[in-house]
Amino acid sequence: MGIIEGTFPPRYRREVKYRNAFVGWRCKKCGRVFYTPRKRCECGSREIEEIELPREGRVVTRTVVRNPPKGYEKYAPYAIAIIELDVDGQKVRVLGQLADVDLDKIRTGMRVRATLRRIRAGRRGLIEYGVKRVPIEE
Amino acid sequence: MREVVIAGAGFAKIGERRNDRIGDIFAEAFRMLIDNTQIDPKEIEALVVGNMSAGEFVGQASLGAYLADYVGLSGIPAIRVEAACTSGGASVRTAYHLVASGAYDVVVAAGVEKMTDTPNNQTTSILAEAAHQEYETYFGASFVALNALMMRYYLDKYKPKREAFAKRSVYMHQNAVDNPRAQFRRPVKLEQVLNSTIVADPLTIFECAPIGDGSAAVLLTTPEKAKELGLEYVKIAGAALATDRLALHERDELDTLKATLRARERAYKQAKIEPKDVDLIEIHDAFSIMAVLALEDLGFAKKGEGRKLIDEGVISRDGSLPANLGGGLKARGHPVGSTTVYGVGEAYLNLLQKAPRKSPGGEVAVVQGIGGTGSTVSVFVLRR
Repeated sequence: MGIIEGTFPPRYRREVKYRNAFVGWRCKKCGRVFYTPRKRCECGSREIEEIELPREGRVVTRTVVRNPPKGYEKYAPYAIAIIELDVDGQKVRVLGQLADVDLDKIRTGMRVRATLRRIRAGRRGLIEYGVKRVPIEE
Repeated sequence: MREVVIAGAGFAKIGERRNDRIGDIFAEAFRMLIDNTQIDPKEIEALVVGNMSAGEFVGQASLGAYLADYVGLSGIPAIRVEAACTSGGASVRTAYHLVASGAYDVVVAAGVEKMTDTPNNQTTSILAEAAHQEYETYFGASFVALNALMMRYYLDKYKPKREAFAKRSVYMHQNAVDNPRAQFRRPVKLEQVLNSTIVADPLTIFECAPIGDGSAAVLLTTPEKAKELGLEYVKIAGAALATDRLALHERDELDTLKATLRARERAYKQAKIEPKDVDLIEIHDAFSIMAVLALEDLGFAKKGEGRKLIDEGVISRDGSLPANLGGGLKARGHPVGSTTVYGVGEAYLNLLQKAPRKSPGGEVAVVQGIGGTGSTVSVFVLRR
């Protein structure tokens, strides 16, 4: 079942450094920034570097998950959002959960900051972490 | 490349078919195809099966061999193709090339999905495998949630009347009433749609396609062979498949499916048509937002105005661009890997006036299928 039941250790070991940090990828040639890994950019370049993404961003769309996938039941309901970051003037979108937030008060345009949180306790005994975002008090 | 036609279709009844194996469901569609065309199954030279996730849903790989064996076709080449919810589109397009290239004269393009052997939350998880596993699913995004993100973005940007979205479900349920293979053959009221349970804000459950088991199959051949077999046919005037970045957040726009634009451009060009030439459509309306985006991205409405075609009844059965005459994904049902084959099959029936209820008719139909949240899109142009 994919990664749903909890990540199997070899995969966990491979992915954990990306899950536990706020890492993105930048094409050295065209400068485009991605929030998923790849080996070759659409511009043709294979020179892709890891970069640390800025922590703060703005919600561009959001929803509340009430019927969660398997393994996420005990966390529901929870908010998922697409957040826009400013990476050296480039608008870069990322996806993730919002935490420490009143579900009735999430709004498009709200400012949020990245933080490391528990994503789930997998069935195979691993407690898995990842980036979530909390509101910035204004 | 040779001209390719659709010369027959068969469908299984969609629903929670607890007593049927995946093979039984495919066999029902295949049987109807054979009964309708009266061809000798020995004529079939290859079988292509669209299926998203039999490995996860029922634990069965080798699906081509399994299904061919199940209906007495063992021996012929039989393969499964996958492109998430438009695996059926990938199936029809693969079969199209098998015939167009001259490799085979008679190919069955089928699709099948058995979705009710798993508990609901597991089914939800398997469907979410269409999204990016580490950067969408891992964060707890369900497939509905990703569509809800697109819908919220659209609502914020264009501020449409909420009712326009919900009305689509009303039309689709009306269309399904006379469709014997539809999952839901009862009308619904606008208030029911708007007031039903919210699955992922702002999407209500009556705006989402149901989970169901189903299978569809179409017969692809050349016009010459169809005549030889004594079969009426529609031409596949255009067949295209295109992709976009897998993760929703990495698309250039959140309110445009670029894969639809790409596939549409190629399919319309191949068929030498423009949107105004189209008489009826089969769109991939798994969620109300997807219907709106399809109408815009297929060229029938400007960006931000797709909902008007719904609100003003243009896509209703009596409108000038009837959509999803069999009830679409919402009411006919959405057994994911078979859905685009149902779409192609229903368009074939409606162009030839073979559908259970008399169709508004026409010369040209466009069929669209969406995989994932728009990472793969298939577009077909059928011409009578």
